Amino acid sequence: MRNQILIFLAVLLTATSSFSQENRSLPNVKVKTLTGDAFNISEIDNDSKPMVISFWATWCKPCKKELNNISEIYSDWQEETGVKLIAVSIDDTRSMSKVAPYINSSDWEYEVYLDPNKDLCRSLGVSTVPHTFLLNGKKEIVWQHRGYVEGDEEELYNKIIELAK
Amino acid sequence: MKKIIAILFVLPFFGLAQNSSGEIHGDFNLNLQTYNEDKSIGALAADEVLLNNAYFNLLYTKDRFTVGVRYESYLNALKDFDPRYNGNGIPYRFAQYNNDGLEITAGSFYEQFGSGLILRSYEEKTLGIDNAMDGIRLRYSPISGVYLKTFIGRERNFFEYSNGIVRGVDGEVNINDILKLTTKTKALLGGSVVSRFQNATNPNFNLPENVAAFAGRINVLSGGLNWYSEYAYKINDPIGSLIENNYASGNAITSNLTYSQKGIGVSLELHRVDNMVFRADRAAVGKDLLLNYIPAISKQHAYTLVSLYPYATQPNGEAGFQIDLFYKLGKGNGIGGKYGTKIDVNFSRINALNGGPSYLSDDINHEPMLISLKGEELYYQDFNVEITRKINRKVTIAAVLAKQSYNKDVVQQQTGYGIIESNIAILDLTYKIKKGHAFRVELQELKTEQDDGDWSMGLAEYTISPHWFFTIQDMYNWGNKNVEKQLHYINLTAGFIKGANRFEIGYGKKREGIFCVGGVCKTVPSSNGITLSISSSF
Repeated sequence: MRNQILIFLAVLLTATSSFSQENRSLPNVKVKTLTGDAFNISEIDNDSKPMVISFWATWCKPCKKELNNISEIYSDWQEETGVKLIAVSIDDTRSMSKVAPYINSSDWEYEVYLDPNKDLCRSLGVSTVPHTFLLNGKKEIVWQHRGYVEGDEEELYNKIIELAK
Repeated sequence: MKKIIAILFVLPFFGLAQNSSGEIHGDFNLNLQTYNEDKSIGALAADEVLLNNAYFNLLYTKDRFTVGVRYESYLNALKDFDPRYNGNGIPYRFAQYNNDGLEITAGSFYEQFGSGLILRSYEEKTLGIDNAMDGIRLRYSPISGVYLKTFIGRERNFFEYSNGIVRGVDGEVNINDILKLTTKTKALLGGSVVSRFQNATNPNFNLPENVAAFAGRINVLSGGLNWYSEYAYKINDPIGSLIENNYASGNAITSNLTYSQKGIGVSLELHRVDNMVFRADRAAVGKDLLLNYIPAISKQHAYTLVSLYPYATQPNGEAGFQIDLFYKLGKGNGIGGKYGTKIDVNFSRINALNGGPSYLSDDINHEPMLISLKGEELYYQDFNVEITRKINRKVTIAAVLAKQSYNKDVVQQQTGYGIIESNIAILDLTYKIKKGHAFRVELQELKTEQDDGDWSMGLAEYTISPHWFFTIQDMYNWGNKNVEKQLHYINLTAGFIKGANRFEIGYGKKREGIFCVGGVCKTVPSSNGITLSISSSF
């Protein structure tokens, strides 16, 4: 037990002594593409324009609501700000095979990745879905939001506009 | 342990030696609940009055180097969690280094091979599942299209680790990448071995000390088609008692085929499982020390009454299939409406293996029939349709109709209940009042002659984007044949969200029942009290 507390303090000390960055960069964590390949999430790119990463699952109602609502206005968002949305599904083996049929049938134009064993969730502190991150042109996380209620996409859009200015 | 401490103490000097500083991040979750006695629903008071589960994750990253710890606190654990989660500690800590495609992890890690038929170490905090490995793991990609993984470790069991030592290796190749093919059709092949070592000291039985499981998988993609199949085999793994004298081997196969294009998606899935419980300790029971993951081949529902009778895989033996159809009626025409209409249809059926699972047979060469989907004992069947339609800018409606058959005796290991046949209807209506303000109601109805009889549920929710939500919900068991059990389960919830912080407070009664995530379920006792949950990430 004493050992454990020691570790905890050591990490905390290390962390605070070198804690000076303002924004957070993307971790070197592998997710899967819909075609079964490994993909390092830090390699997502949008030509120095903002990006949104949204964690969701096929069994999560508010997640689907959020992404369906954004989908309706996504082309406007893209035209106005150049933003790109990356939807990361946390469906595990039970429902992972349903992700592609679901998004294609829903007509989503997003870039989609799979995180079936939650490696990316853990490294970004995602404990529940939906969880949405906004990245600036330097691919740094500048804002995040847990959960979704009707209308939340407007707050997100305002933040995107601030970045795109 | 000492190594990790050593590494951690070297860390600050890293920071001093190099100008670029690292990053620190993490997240925090707290769940508190009070427990009041309520005789009518069978809820018990807690001696402590208040129970607590909390987690604090901390990650430090610098260039290619990462360390992480998780502090867990159960003082004492909430009643729907295993009481072996007791006290405080840091059961999760690791250090990781990444160098030219080679990733080395020392300490705690989560890993999955293929679809998980022989290995999945994962966490599902809401269910109290955390079977992290403690040991060493390497992941290596020598050339593009080749992925290798290997590990050795012990599996976590609450605040302890398994007796058995688990070793594994997994390889995956992308055929098109290695052969530099530019065909439209793409293929991935993979294979894995997981083996457990555990001393055998049983005087009466000759038990294998090394128990291996093998799996092979293939994934072929072409256009909108995607086919994935995996087969797994486990050698005999007897426990060594006279009752469970099980010298049978185990095997499982899972296969799914999906097709999708703009506006439509179809998924077909099949699995067959025979004696495929695989653990890091041969004598463990229940959900303890499981090494593999075979999810339920049925839809994971989001609404309450369609998940009143949820299925859980019977890893000792079952065969099942599932069909899904996702369709969107285009917008602009008469049927689809102005915004389009979405229709999801799902059918699943799971039954016993023909001839019974191998482990029940005295004949070591017994092989149940490969696939038999008719005439066997039904375990679960679910037919459901969900329609979602946006009527206008203010109103969205969703409706669900479902017909389910649930073998309570098999799924809950009880006797005398038989198959519960239920019909369910749900209506979900969202109304946007004005900018940021929305009102939502759910009306749900479940009709059944068996078990607890009919249920109704009503929910009203008011949300103010982006910060507030308020919910009131009542589940009413009006059709219970026992008049004393015709009870209301009322819950009030309010929440505040700001950025990465979320606060939720609730009061009400929880029904005794089964709570599932991803096809893994736990039994939740009835309770009555105030809940508080806080989550935050940074």
